Amino acid sequence: MMKLDPKIPAGPLETKWDRHRFSEKLVSPNNKRRITVIVVGTGLAGASAASTLGQLGYQVECFCFQDSPRRAHSIAAQGGINAAKNYQDDGDSVARLFYDTIKGGDFRSREANVYRLAQVSAQIIDQCVALGVPFAREYGGQLANRSFGGVQVSRTFYCRGQTGQQLLLGAYSALCWQIERGQVTMHPRTEMLDLIVIDGQARGIVVRDLVTGRVSIQTAHAVVLATGGYSNVYYLSTNASGSNVTATYRAWKQGAAFANPCFMQIHPTAIPPGDEHQAKLTLMSESLRNDGRLWVPKIAADHRPPGDIPAEERDYFLERRYPRFGNLAPRDIASRAVKTVCDEGHGVGPGGQGVYLDFADVLEQQGQDVVHERYGNLFDMYNRITGEDAYHVPMRIYPAPHYTMGGLWVDYNLMSTIPGLFVVGEANFADHGANRLGASSLMQGLADGYFILPYTIGHYLATAKLSPVGEDHKESCAALQRVTGRISRLLNAKGRRTAASFHREVGKFLWDHCGMSRNKAGLELALRSIPALREEFWRNVVVPGSGEAFNQELEYAGRVADYLEFAELLCHDALHREESCGAHFREEHQTADGEPKRDDTCFAHVAAWEYREHAVPTLHKEPLAFEFVQPTTRSYQ
Amino acid sequence: MTFTLKIWRQKSPDEKGRFVTYEAHDVGPGMSFLEMLDGVNQGLIAKGEEPVAFEQDCREGICGSCSLVINGIPHGPDRGMATCQLYMRRFPDGAVITIEPWRARAFPIIKDLVVDRRALDRVMQAGGYVSVNTGGAVDGNVLLIEKDQAETAMDAASCIGCGACVAACKNASAMLFVAAKVSHLALLPQGKPERTRRVKTMLDAMDREGFGSCGNQYECEAVCPKRISVRFIATLNREYLRAGVVESGLPAEPESPHAESA
Repeated sequence: MMKLDPKIPAGPLETKWDRHRFSEKLVSPNNKRRITVIVVGTGLAGASAASTLGQLGYQVECFCFQDSPRRAHSIAAQGGINAAKNYQDDGDSVARLFYDTIKGGDFRSREANVYRLAQVSAQIIDQCVALGVPFAREYGGQLANRSFGGVQVSRTFYCRGQTGQQLLLGAYSALCWQIERGQVTMHPRTEMLDLIVIDGQARGIVVRDLVTGRVSIQTAHAVVLATGGYSNVYYLSTNASGSNVTATYRAWKQGAAFANPCFMQIHPTAIPPGDEHQAKLTLMSESLRNDGRLWVPKIAADHRPPGDIPAEERDYFLERRYPRFGNLAPRDIASRAVKTVCDEGHGVGPGGQGVYLDFADVLEQQGQDVVHERYGNLFDMYNRITGEDAYHVPMRIYPAPHYTMGGLWVDYNLMSTIPGLFVVGEANFADHGANRLGASSLMQGLADGYFILPYTIGHYLATAKLSPVGEDHKESCAALQRVTGRISRLLNAKGRRTAASFHREVGKFLWDHCGMSRNKAGLELALRSIPALREEFWRNVVVPGSGEAFNQELEYAGRVADYLEFAELLCHDALHREESCGAHFREEHQTADGEPKRDDTCFAHVAAWEYREHAVPTLHKEPLAFEFVQPTTRSYQ
Repeated sequence: MTFTLKIWRQKSPDEKGRFVTYEAHDVGPGMSFLEMLDGVNQGLIAKGEEPVAFEQDCREGICGSCSLVINGIPHGPDRGMATCQLYMRRFPDGAVITIEPWRARAFPIIKDLVVDRRALDRVMQAGGYVSVNTGGAVDGNVLLIEKDQAETAMDAASCIGCGACVAACKNASAMLFVAAKVSHLALLPQGKPERTRRVKTMLDAMDREGFGSCGNQYECEAVCPKRISVRFIATLNREYLRAGVVESGLPAEPESPHAESA
């Protein structure tokens, strides 16, 4: 029977983390050399964790499926990273960042975790500056800030529109140093395909060398997953095409609880989908909403060019519905508002899937040079993809799956329900509740990797009884067999449909029934339909080539197979949560004017799902106690 | 639109490669170049044939995975973009398009259009970092950095490590790649303590990995998806010269405070 113990330290919120760190046991320097830790994934969380663990003296085996650790998907984050520095003296503080994040998450995250995140946020900026991250500066030489959706202070640090890239390259450079020092062994182009659990402890992984196809076992004293989110289950998302659910999903099947999988962030400002060949949706940074105004024609199916529609016939729907935050309303609220106006027939562009993001006002008031300096690269990107010039016609945007607040359940120490399996960054569920605020994912990834995990994993390693295990242990061999069995099953199906066609189908199904708004009938339909699609996949998929060679289609088919199972878990969770909160909107639970209705009496809990073979997963609940803040109706009106 | 593609196929590093011709049908002008290739591959897979291996990931020009030489030019005909940002409206209907992998001694071919770029990582490991421990960093505003200086550092730091500069250079030199990192860190106060060592170890690693030397042809800059300027190569050369002077024991900067106190 699975037990969820969040292990939140007692006492005042402000001192929990300090006291906890002091009460943690340490590993002596001599012993660290003899301890091996596996880190899977080299995004912000993985690279910062691996480099810091290496610096502390552990032997780190680090894995990524990309050809270089520098290409992990954190690289694509554009906007910025939050920190409670209060450099602008505009009323920011640790408490305010904590409160904004808790409220932004619609009171579905743990107070203690979020407070700690806000506390270490300032250290992250200092660390990144020390690593040579070229943050934007003011003329006086100080660090510059910009504002971001969902908050009223200016606390976001940035490097043009490439903040994720620069933070990741900073963490990558720290990783390079530890590789050079021999503390970290890097295994690029190596994909984790299963988790090895021995005597109830995570003791290793099964990996496939993507160049030679060789499948092998890697054992260790602890395993850290930093494998990101699962937005690609929807087929079309803003994620890189390689981002996938496989590592966390396989860990789930070995006993790690999966928490709140239905909390799925749909980002409001992506370039709208085009034809069916489209492979991804391109995000336009949320920072555009600082100056761009969202509108649709008041008349449904109005096909006039935007310039011909006079101001009084335009509906600036975010400003109308949320006058206090206007175009800077949080992501979940903005996305749903876009969907609502499009569903009512006011959408623009092909298929009516789009709204205008208009810069005419700022262009007129401040001139093209200012707009170019702020958003030049984004306007260029938009132009390249759509062939349109946003300096003269408004951009068209539509929401797209972007980030997953759900993930493997972890306690305060970032350890999953499997002892020795730690989960950091987007892969865990911990800090963002039911909705993540902009510029908070970079903060969380680096907080976990640089400042939290390195402490908490030490206590585990110092206190757990870890007997030596080898590659010939029966659990290792069983895991290896699971992997090789699946690979040969994929190669031997020899059907007629490509893995991509199944992926597109399940993704479309999820988008329609478990996307921006959900209802009971749709979710039940999805749960009835997905098993049939999965059954067809295993019968009718075609994967050319062999397993003992570089085979990209085999890698992809394995990930699609996991999406086809994981999609069901997503729907189970969305079905169970009979409330609307954050990004999760159940049509049955809304007010007369379409605002979400949260239910704190029945659903102020984390839904953690336990895998059961050939059966509906078991739901466990971690109640969320709010000692320090009072959950309120989240109003941005 | 319809295109004729001449694509480099090579089963493995040791086998000989060759061009194979494919037709791409039903291509829309709004499709990206990689989506066009996806379409060709879906057709091959459905027939049970091995698809063309090529690298891609973020598809928005920032991860540096995509790496195709299109009609002889790394990342294709337009300046300042990666392969994934190229759209088919750029090509006339019916065009013949040649697609090859990066070609350089330091980038052995793995399969078809996929090459091994780990040499670039090893060059970074030789010194492309600031050796600071996690924790204990001073406040980010303690060291003020001039806005222009920070912007120039950012220009250099925006390198995505794709290796197009190497593929475009007839000497297969990685000078622009190394110059970008050396300049980025030399421009910032945080990178200064190690600048002497860094420039030497990174250039040594570059030579060791089999990259050539700079021929001053500027092809690297022309194909760089982030438009990184060859002026950074000049900075690299200055840093290298400076490192030589410092190592020979001569004072590199006459205004050195130690000299005053002596």
